[in-house]
Amino acid sequence: MFYREAGQFKTSYGRDMAVFPIAQDRIAIGLIVAIAFLAVPFMATEYFLSSIMVPTLILALAAIGLNILVGYCGQVSLGSGAFMAIGAYAAYNFAIRVPELPLLVTILLGGVVSAMVGIAFGIPSLRIKGFYLAVATLAAQFFFDWLFLRVGWFTNYTPSGSVNAPQLNVFGWIVNTPTEKYLFVLGVVCVLAVLAKNLVRGHVGRQWMAIRDMDIAAEIIGIRPMYAKLTAFAVSSFFVGVAGSLWAFVHLGSWEPLAFNIDRSFQLLFAVIIGGLGSIAGCFMGAAFMWILPIFLDIALPPLGELVGWKMDKATVSHFGFMIFGALIVFFLIVEPHGLARLWSIMKEKLRLWPFPY
Amino acid sequence: MDKITNRLAALALAGAIGLTGVAAPAFAQNEQFIPILSYRTGAYAPNGIPFANGMSDYYRLINNRDGGINGVKIAFEECETGYATDKGVECYERLKAKGPTGAAFFNPLSTGITFALTEKAPIDKIPIITMGYGRSESRNGAVFTWNFPLLGTYWTAANIAMQHIAKEMGGFDKLKGKKIALVFHDSPYGKEPIPMLTEMSKAHGFELVLLPVTHPGVEQKSQWLQIRQQRPDYTLLWGWGVMNSTSVKEAAAVNYPRDKMVGVWWSGAEPDVLPAGDQSTGYKALMLQHGSGKFPVHADITKHALGKDGSQSKPDDIDDVLYNRGMVNAMLGVEAIRTAQKRFGNKPLTGEQIRWGLENLDLSAARIKELGFEGALKPLKISCGDHEGTRSGRVHQWTGKEWKVISDWYEGDDKLLVPMVRDTSAKYAEEKKITARDCSKES
Repeated sequence: MFYREAGQFKTSYGRDMAVFPIAQDRIAIGLIVAIAFLAVPFMATEYFLSSIMVPTLILALAAIGLNILVGYCGQVSLGSGAFMAIGAYAAYNFAIRVPELPLLVTILLGGVVSAMVGIAFGIPSLRIKGFYLAVATLAAQFFFDWLFLRVGWFTNYTPSGSVNAPQLNVFGWIVNTPTEKYLFVLGVVCVLAVLAKNLVRGHVGRQWMAIRDMDIAAEIIGIRPMYAKLTAFAVSSFFVGVAGSLWAFVHLGSWEPLAFNIDRSFQLLFAVIIGGLGSIAGCFMGAAFMWILPIFLDIALPPLGELVGWKMDKATVSHFGFMIFGALIVFFLIVEPHGLARLWSIMKEKLRLWPFPY
Repeated sequence: MDKITNRLAALALAGAIGLTGVAAPAFAQNEQFIPILSYRTGAYAPNGIPFANGMSDYYRLINNRDGGINGVKIAFEECETGYATDKGVECYERLKAKGPTGAAFFNPLSTGITFALTEKAPIDKIPIITMGYGRSESRNGAVFTWNFPLLGTYWTAANIAMQHIAKEMGGFDKLKGKKIALVFHDSPYGKEPIPMLTEMSKAHGFELVLLPVTHPGVEQKSQWLQIRQQRPDYTLLWGWGVMNSTSVKEAAAVNYPRDKMVGVWWSGAEPDVLPAGDQSTGYKALMLQHGSGKFPVHADITKHALGKDGSQSKPDDIDDVLYNRGMVNAMLGVEAIRTAQKRFGNKPLTGEQIRWGLENLDLSAARIKELGFEGALKPLKISCGDHEGTRSGRVHQWTGKEWKVISDWYEGDDKLLVPMVRDTSAKYAEEKKITARDCSKES
């Protein structure tokens, strides 16, 4: 009834090719962004901002990066944790060795270094595909875990191997409280998400998708696989690297390589698969699913247990949380293999036909 | 009917917490909230469970026997961290504002989580107690205002362990040309002792062999193969959780004498030696002052805490090393609150007020006896310049049935420790742009 595009005429190519061609979508997205920037910081508690929103947003950014590679270009990667680590440690080294650099530049440079390493580790993708590529990227994961643990230079020779982020100073604005951290992360993520959305709609993105759908056919119609695959690796690693430096600087404040171990890579891959391969919005949904659901289960299970007169101890809650979380992943993948983003778009389709959907 | 409504309300509340984070549990106004970061699942659970039991039972004891700390009841809640840093940070954020005055202090029980919380504590004004672990340089309270590595740091531990080895060999001069291996958990925890050991190896001319073990530590074949090849004269073990028992088993597999192994005080409890059975006989470890066995307070624990209000301890386990350590840890926190109450009044206190209590904590031998910890603890006095308080330790050995104390007291060597703490904390202060407090002006 409300979600209908009748009467919205597109009078130029520009309007036809807009990110959100339907007026209702534009309004909805505008509202969501406005609420995120203007309402959430005032309504939410510190805990919600610093432990739910900030990590979810950063993971969503990393998921966007991984989605560019896996969902748009079809190159499976298990090394995203390593690229987050590269972003974090590169930004850390820029921050302590060139302290004059503004924080934002430091964080972006972390992404740039990660992009360059991504190109290097993308080279095998020119020859190997599928599962074999996944194993090759797994090598990146273990190599960088090792590198940041063993080579003292990267951690500025701190005795324990754990490093601290410098003070977060964004052009004179000291990012300290959860609200400020949230706004800073939200700003970075919004800008980069818009950038990603436009990249995948543009000619680069169409090349990636052509490679994904059938690389030989893509090559025949004139797409250079090397260029397409390596740009995908570079852009993907850049996003993941920026997410890594945000995770380290803003969310953790102090970290060790364990923060970016193989579990992180799997977490991101699951977020991308559950959110929806080849969808930017899906990255946010997938990241929220992977981060918020376990915490929600952890908090909600004890009262649920009491409802049936069962006083659960902490270990039981934790075990049950794991089981239910796993079961839910399986459930969602069976119900909608194309991810939450697909569920969302089916819902929108039905809404257009409302009140008589079929 | 009313009950069901309450439960539904609780459920709705849980939903609300998940969705908006608005948590408003019913706390009585006269309660001091103490969070417990614990791990009862995962690879570190064998050691995490007795520690968490000891801590929570001591709080139960204070509530049931004394009616709280000077009438202020303790409200406590556990949060499962699984020894993971990001989970620990989430738990910290979840619990830091609970209760009428917020969390009294945090015991992270993980060096990784300690590093992360060290950055957050000064902003939230909540002290971090890291009894026997954490950052070694945080002994310097002038820079690390909010960290309290009570009873001993890893640098102290490494120093004491080397003192014991030197004594067994017949003096520090006998160490020259000898080989000492360190098998360590490859994390900030395991790496902490390395600077001290490096320093001592330079001073006494022994060779230090570093053998890192990756988390969670069940795979140590290659490290012990290296030990078999290099045959170090002594092997130090810096492990936690399943890593400890695996090390003891692997040592037996390569036939490395167990009585040449010295574990840190986190590698010297029942869960570390029992899984290896007879193979662990002879294994030695440091003691964080106390060992296993009962001291007077255990009678009260049995009477007032066991089996009450959801206590999960079994009566047979309450004299375990880690149970005792959890109790000592809880006791020090409670005494810090008591100290703070003397100045700020018998009411729930804020983290900032309790920080003052921690910094002015002064436990005399008489007070320790009164608390029922006689024989487990030496007198300790915290000050602005010394957040560690005391640097004494002993060594105990597993006989196959029990831990037996085999050494006298050792004192950490301040000639080595003081300059290292000073330099490393100065570097931290410079990196974080912290101006050190002037300890002569603190009261």
